[in-house]
Amino acid sequence: MPKRVSPIDIFNLLPKTNCGECGEETCFAFATKLADRKVDLELCKPLFEEGFKENLEKLKALLRPAVLEIRIHSPSREVRIGGKVVMYRHELRYDNPTAIAIAVSDTMPEEEMLAKVKRAEEFKYSYIGMDLTLDMIAVRCVSGDPDRFGERVKKVAEATEMPLILCSYDPAVMESGLSALKDSRPLIYAANKGNWKEMADLALMYGCPLVVSAPGDLNLLRSLTKTLLEYGVEELVLDPGTYPDEGLKTTINNFTMLRRCACELEDELSGFPLLAAPIVAWKGEEDPTIKAWKESYLACMLILRFADIIILNSIETWSILPIVILRQNIYTDPVKPVSVEPGLRVIGNPDRNSPVLYTTNFALTYYTVMDDIRDLDCYLLVVDTEGISVESAVAGRKLTAEKVAEAIKETGIEKLVDHRKIISPGLAARISGETEELSGWEVLVGPRDSSGIKDFIKKRFYGEG
Amino acid sequence: MEKKEREDTISKWLKDLEELILENFQMEVDRLELILQPQVVKPLLERVAPAKPTELLREEFKPPIREYPGQVVEVVLGATRAEGGSRCRSITIGGEKTPAFYLFEGVQPHRPVIVGDVFDMEISLPKPVRESLGDVLSDPAEWARVYVEKYGVDMIDIELISTDPLLKDTPAREAAKTVEEVLQAVDVPLIVGGSGNPEKDGEVLMKAAEVAEGERVLLSSATLDLYEPIAEAAKKYGHVVLAWTSLDINQQKELDRRLFEYLPRERIVMDPTSAALGYGIEYAFTVMERMRLAALWGDEELQMPMAAATSNSWAAREAWKKAPELGPRRLRGPLWETIASLTFLLAGVDMFIMLHPAAMRTLRDVIDWLMAEGEAVKTAYEDWVSMEV
Ligand code: B12
Ligand code: SF4
Repeated sequence: MPKRVSPIDIFNLLPKTNCGECGEETCFAFATKLADRKVDLELCKPLFEEGFKENLEKLKALLRPAVLEIRIHSPSREVRIGGKVVMYRHELRYDNPTAIAIAVSDTMPEEEMLAKVKRAEEFKYSYIGMDLTLDMIAVRCVSGDPDRFGERVKKVAEATEMPLILCSYDPAVMESGLSALKDSRPLIYAANKGNWKEMADLALMYGCPLVVSAPGDLNLLRSLTKTLLEYGVEELVLDPGTYPDEGLKTTINNFTMLRRCACELEDELSGFPLLAAPIVAWKGEEDPTIKAWKESYLACMLILRFADIIILNSIETWSILPIVILRQNIYTDPVKPVSVEPGLRVIGNPDRNSPVLYTTNFALTYYTVMDDIRDLDCYLLVVDTEGISVESAVAGRKLTAEKVAEAIKETGIEKLVDHRKIISPGLAARISGETEELSGWEVLVGPRDSSGIKDFIKKRFYGEG
Repeated sequence: MEKKEREDTISKWLKDLEELILENFQMEVDRLELILQPQVVKPLLERVAPAKPTELLREEFKPPIREYPGQVVEVVLGATRAEGGSRCRSITIGGEKTPAFYLFEGVQPHRPVIVGDVFDMEISLPKPVRESLGDVLSDPAEWARVYVEKYGVDMIDIELISTDPLLKDTPAREAAKTVEEVLQAVDVPLIVGGSGNPEKDGEVLMKAAEVAEGERVLLSSATLDLYEPIAEAAKKYGHVVLAWTSLDINQQKELDRRLFEYLPRERIVMDPTSAALGYGIEYAFTVMERMRLAALWGDEELQMPMAAATSNSWAAREAWKKAPELGPRRLRGPLWETIASLTFLLAGVDMFIMLHPAAMRTLRDVIDWLMAEGEAVKTAYEDWVSMEV
């Protein structure tokens, strides 16, 4: 079970002046929010003044999640990774959705590289009222040439607001990339057995988090982590290696073991975000479609198996779409369904004879229905079912005749239309009789799937053809 | 500061900083203490206080292995001639002693199985599925044969949906003939499914169980609304029952308890419902994961293997919607089903009821790779940074 820090322990370390700078009325209120991980410590400015240094350190240690939270930023955008408290999502919600980075190389023709960056930046899929997007760009050094790398990193940074991951094992190349950036905190990929000291110096000098890479060798990964911590690099990301195909066994094993060590054994050397590189699917000779396919399912498997950041090559919508949707799904709060405000929605330009429909406030139901009726003129009553879908809500008595009748009354729809007919979801047929009795409205039981609404309205509401 | 203390401190710093200080001050070590002023020392201390390692510090990683008091039971499906049936082989699922593919803790005792989903009447199937199967959708026996011979499925699920009074209302006796035909056409173990109509399913599955006597088929499904006739049929004719609930662990336990009155645990498989990606997959994933963990921690009511129907992935609009901006449908749909199956694989599912051959193929490959014996093959991973694509 996740360790929850007691608000009292936190409170005792706060300045206790109730000054209100953090936006809370009292230090205790702030402490409670900190315990729930709903606010950042930085909001309490007084804590960062002289005299609280020791308390601050203690608080940081007290609040350190099982997996350290690391912030990566460009001049205008921040991405947070890690910050995990639990291994399984039913124990508590997962924080900080896996960051998705799209890779470009410094040997791509410049136009092509910038076009890819642009596509990544603009990728957007509307899903139940949210925009699913990508998070970062990984710049790979293929040329081996520090100057070229630095120049390309600069170009990428000018072209996107997304934070960057700089990828090279060569410290000279890395330095050139780092020095090309201003007001940024990129992620450095990577320190390994051969270069760790130079990479650590760069991480310290530029104040950047550092990936520790020890593919397939957890002893080495642990040794490097320990060494780098002692060296003074505090913010590390672990890369145990991503192997596709025959190596999948090792990959899944290593990610799982590391996360268990962090969350269940509170092992500090494992308590860092995990990096996965499904882009390895692009090695080899297969057809690009097969590679993108493989990359996509690898990414999904590793999102499920604890990756905090993933690097992809493909920018094809078909291969990215399931990844961003799975990520959204897995990172929702397991006890709180995604829901929308109940109430009245006006669709198009309805008049006093336009149809009235109702649905539930479960986001998935709502947006599916909205998608199907967007070019109609009608009213939609969104009934508060506590974020439960139609059929489940009917079965679980979250969608009842009383609730529908209440919604009719409260929204004032009676004043907007002259008729008294309401179209119900087909799956709520069971409660239609009672709804008629309670509301005095006639219920027209609509189709089971909202894609049939348009047709239904034409035929049954307006009585055409 | 006491003189002694100061001496000690300085000599400690000196050990760390010998070179630096000598370089900076060019004076003899034993005279330092007399001359150094505190304010001179302070910045130096801050700059170089921790001794940085110069060599790699060796640490060992110990696999975090647990012991679990519980274990999943083994369920055998299908019976060979020697066992009283006519299948080419029987299949065992379950038996896990660790969470799904926690291979560092122990082996996965049996391969999760792939089942081809066949319907007894033509239904509207997404184009990519129709295209991959060819002209067999009106002939369940032929459809089953294509799955087995061309796509190598481990089992066939024949779903008697035409028996639904709202569809064709096919009589139980006639539906049973379809089961016989499929038993003739292929020699892999079978799942036989009703239409889901609680009024009709009892009769339909009873009759099907009778014609398949001794074949040890999986009867699908017993639900809280309707379980008695199905459990009876399984008991009488030597079959196994699929216990289906919808994403509710307590209901699953309740149904299992009721079934225990008829059948031993080795004759039950659980289906907690597998919602599609984007349409509630997280509920399914978490329910399955919790059920499997509960089984390992000793909950006997949840220690049966699990099944998931990934064919319902195609209910997700993203999988079939005509939307060129989302990319080709021939890829989207199968990938949707692939990812759902892998999601459930990692949650602990033992049996996958599937539609699309490409999804089946990918799942099979992944299972092969995960279950391969011996040291895993590792390629040069680092190359990804500098490879040309
Ligand atoms: C996911 C799910 C859950 C999730 C709910 C997630 C959520 N936030 O809603 C959880 C696990 C919490 C759940 C709980 C329950 N569920 Co449930 N659940 C499902 C499942 C798998 C999918 C439902 C879903 O999300 N559908 C997608 C949404 C978009 O569909 P929808 O809201 O119905 O909207 C569609 C239509 O209704 C229509 N539509 C919507 N609005 C409108 C409006 C108009 C005007 C029109 C014309 C059409 C229309 O178009 C939409 C798009 O197609 C179904 C089984 C299945 N595969 O369908 C069972 C199912 C709905 N659940 C069921 C049950 C019994 C329950 C519970 C009572 C018990 C239980 N099993 O846990 C509880 C009740 C919860 C509660 N507190 O009220 C049963 C209902 C049986 C019945 N017919 O009575 C089902 C069918 C499973 C089954 N066969 O047993 N469930
Ligand atoms: S800013 Fe800090 S000191 Fe001021 S009220 Fe908030 S927690 Fe207390």
